[in-house]
Amino acid sequence: MGGPTATLRPEEEKMFEGQPRGFPFGDFDLEDVMLPEGEDMGIPSDTDEDGQEEEVNAESGFGNVLVVDNLPQVPAEKYEKLTAILTKILSGSGRIREGGLFHPVDEATKMSKGYAFVEYENVEQARATQGALNGYQLDKAHKFAACLYDEFERLAKVPDAYEEPGERVFTPGENLLDWLTDKRGRDQFVLRYGDETEVCWNDAAKQQEESVYKRSFWTEAFVEWSPRGGMLATVHRQGVAVWGGKTFERLQRVGHPNVQNLLFSPCEKYLLTFSEFPDNRGRPHFVAHVWEIRTGKRLRTFDGPHEEYAVGAMARPDRGMRWPAFRWSGGGDAPVLLAHMKANAISVYQAPDMVMLDKRSIKMENVQDWEWSPNAPDATFAAYQAEQGNLPARVVLTKLPSREELRQKNLFSVAGITMTWHPQGDYLAVQVDKWTKTKKSTTTNFELFSLREKDTPIDMLELPNKSEKIQQFAWEPRGSRFALLHGDGSRPTVSIYNMKDNKSSARGVTLLHTMTNKQCTSLHWSPSGRFLLLAGLGGGHNGVVEFWDCEEMTLLSAGEHFMAQEVAWDPTGRYVATIVNAAAAMENGFQIWSFSGQPLYKTAHDRFFQLNWRPRPPSLLSEEKQREITKNLRKYSKRYEEEDEALLAQADTEFLAEREKQLTDWRNWLAAKKAAVEEREAFAREQLGGRFRAHEEFMLQEVEVSVVLDVKEEPANKV
Amino acid sequence: MRPYVLQGHTRPLNQVLFNAEGDLLVTCGKDSNINLWWTDNGVRAGSFDGHNGVVWTCDITYDSKMLLSAAGDSSARLWSMESGEELFRYRFNEPARACKFSVGERQAAISTDPFMNSVSAIRVFNIAEDPRDMQQTGPDEVIMLTGPRGRITRLHWVDNNRHLLSSSEDGMVRRWDVETGKVLQEAQLHEKQISDMQMSVDGTHFITASPDRTSKLVDTQSFEVLKEYKSAAPINSAAISPIFDHVLIGGGQDAASVTTTAAKAGYFEARFFHKVFCEEFANARGHFSPINSVAFSPDGTSFVTGAEEGNVRLHHFDADYFTTNWDRV
Repeated sequence: MGGPTATLRPEEEKMFEGQPRGFPFGDFDLEDVMLPEGEDMGIPSDTDEDGQEEEVNAESGFGNVLVVDNLPQVPAEKYEKLTAILTKILSGSGRIREGGLFHPVDEATKMSKGYAFVEYENVEQARATQGALNGYQLDKAHKFAACLYDEFERLAKVPDAYEEPGERVFTPGENLLDWLTDKRGRDQFVLRYGDETEVCWNDAAKQQEESVYKRSFWTEAFVEWSPRGGMLATVHRQGVAVWGGKTFERLQRVGHPNVQNLLFSPCEKYLLTFSEFPDNRGRPHFVAHVWEIRTGKRLRTFDGPHEEYAVGAMARPDRGMRWPAFRWSGGGDAPVLLAHMKANAISVYQAPDMVMLDKRSIKMENVQDWEWSPNAPDATFAAYQAEQGNLPARVVLTKLPSREELRQKNLFSVAGITMTWHPQGDYLAVQVDKWTKTKKSTTTNFELFSLREKDTPIDMLELPNKSEKIQQFAWEPRGSRFALLHGDGSRPTVSIYNMKDNKSSARGVTLLHTMTNKQCTSLHWSPSGRFLLLAGLGGGHNGVVEFWDCEEMTLLSAGEHFMAQEVAWDPTGRYVATIVNAAAAMENGFQIWSFSGQPLYKTAHDRFFQLNWRPRPPSLLSEEKQREITKNLRKYSKRYEEEDEALLAQADTEFLAEREKQLTDWRNWLAAKKAAVEEREAFAREQLGGRFRAHEEFMLQEVEVSVVLDVKEEPANKV
Repeated sequence: MRPYVLQGHTRPLNQVLFNAEGDLLVTCGKDSNINLWWTDNGVRAGSFDGHNGVVWTCDITYDSKMLLSAAGDSSARLWSMESGEELFRYRFNEPARACKFSVGERQAAISTDPFMNSVSAIRVFNIAEDPRDMQQTGPDEVIMLTGPRGRITRLHWVDNNRHLLSSSEDGMVRRWDVETGKVLQEAQLHEKQISDMQMSVDGTHFITASPDRTSKLVDTQSFEVLKEYKSAAPINSAAISPIFDHVLIGGGQDAASVTTTAAKAGYFEARFFHKVFCEEFANARGHFSPINSVAFSPDGTSFVTGAEEGNVRLHHFDADYFTTNWDRV
């Protein structure tokens, strides 16, 4: 995309003379401006003249030539070796034409000149290499500067004298946190249905949603909130656009043709875009760009051989890469790290310059899976290394940037491992499936790491029936409990455990409650903990939901959203949505419930694709202040309840007034038709003659009816 | 009150219809039967036998003496309501679908489907004082209205018998001049076919029903959509209460996909909407397949629904229906 509205070259200005400001518009849909099939409206298309394209290619004749600078300058004896190395590096992303590498030598000193010209087979290869090679760190002193030859000429023309640019006028940006200033503290969600994308308030008090912003054809694939809710990303064929502020102005857009996935860094500063397509030999091939959102600057591109990234748990059966293979750490003030796994190592890059941390990957023999701790200041990740020869399998916690191993655990006869971090990074659960002696079946146990305690102790948990299938493990956010969904068949068991004894708060895994025979396929904790939703989603379960209070271990309420497929808690844990999306033929829409399972309202939308709650940034209040509020909740809530009631009363009045208006409008409309009605009646009377009776005969009459329900005889008390 | 379940059809119902006094009910269906019922007790008064194809629609004269029926056996017939005797038969080369007496019943309009080489048409006939006379003289066709394509599902005489309203399969409502045969006015009201169109008592507005899941209240004069009622399932029929600001809507999940879904997802209830607020305030369960036709009795004290399963349910409203202030609920 490249922002054609922002920077028009002088000759382009002339081209669009007389056109509206901002032409050519950046955000049009190509389909809209395409001419109908077989009709050119007299406008010659540039694909009509085949010859022209050739010409463009041959404009300078050097489109496929790359200039690489900042090479080491070496004497004659090392020249051959350097040339060989260069050839290898330079042909990484494209094929060099026969004899296409020109690496000049200074005749006088016999030293190489420190730059080279490389001719590739075609322009695309030259471009790809330029992107990959620019900034390539050969060694400490030599960072390549690669530039297309055509580009080089242009750059050479840049005047040597520095000219001070004019002072730019400051235009205040959008307030990205505007939605948080809502007086009633409501939350927002984005809906996608049909061709519409709509951002709404969840107005639970009025039991309805309230539209904030709605736009047709806003995205071509999906939309996604940034992790703190400041921005909304829309995905298009050309790239990703980011929107925010009160009126959802476009903040930035980045070009990535056919982008398929995106990943915000938790601090909302960086964005990773990802696309994956088979290359011309049918093998999976991917491109990932890392962007700085504020400036739209591309920080780094990953575009390597696919196999290097698709290893262990990151590999799909078709040798493609599982999403997300790249994962951000960070948030807050901690350094932002992006990491991916490769064979026997994990590579970590540090934003914003995106160079590899300590310039080397973290060695991990036979690493299969890994995951960052969700808590930013930790910068800790857990990795699983599979058994290899005599070495046992192990799970290891590594802290960055010191690379210190916090804790590790050796494991034997492992069949598979699943790691689940506690949402605040307090605990790590490792589900270990082990082969039995016969190697025919597996048993399961859990290794539970407590990260907030000294030396990171590990607790082992085994279920009463070790061979039972574990369907889900879910940590309670902001708490120490976890819920397990286990058992085979359609009616599994839900068990709730605590990592510490509630009374003594001493460490030790305790079973709190077990519920058998539940119509449940997934567990959903409230983001503020304590409340757990058991949902039976998908075929055969009808969308039954149960709301449990895990403090008291009581069932708050049970309900059903017929055909529901998804559950989504709002970021505050006050409300929860159940969703029937377009995968179902009917009943599309969503239902909002209170945390205690009270159905609040239901909205139907045909072809319903998405409901995403807008995330909230972490609270700015200190821990003490939050605790103080929780303690004096009654005092605060009274004030807000009064406000809410006043608002509701007002809403009621408005609602009634609106109804009254509708009724009046209708009566006025009918009254205006009076003449026509009379004429019609007169005509009917004339046509039907004596047979006619006006329908007034059926008018309603008020009749008082008294019915004796019961007669009792009682002796009257004698006074 | 518990409804009367009238079991007189073996196949889906096409139309249920009260006479002007409301004491009689006529039902017709795909089993080629036409049944006549007493509305106060649900007893069958008789039947009109003779059609050997699906009977699409019927119309009753104001004095309940005569019945007109249009059927898929390429005929439309005039019956004596008293004796059940067939008085006259209009024969066509195409299935007949909609039929309607003019005000005063001197004329009848009958629509025929496009079939083989014939196009969709509305035929207007003069009716003799004694229809039996036409057996000798033959039908007296006044005019044939053709032009737009698609079956014509319902007809209404308006504007002092000068014009005809037609609703058709392409979602259009048209106003025809019966004299000249020209289309005077048309409006695309629905995306899909209009399966029912019923007139209000005073003739100022009418209601349409469509499988596009909407039902619309339309100004008879301007074809302006006044109100829209939305359902989660296709709508097959809609009626306007003669005494309250209520509309009744019947429909349900398409019969072809009924067996693949749970019964309660079928939306087989008859739904009551407030005419002005467009909000559903009540529904009546009972049918286990899509409702094909609904009607209010002319005095507004009862309503009837006919469904795909062949049952007709005749409901009489309870007393609190008349004592509730529906504009304040």
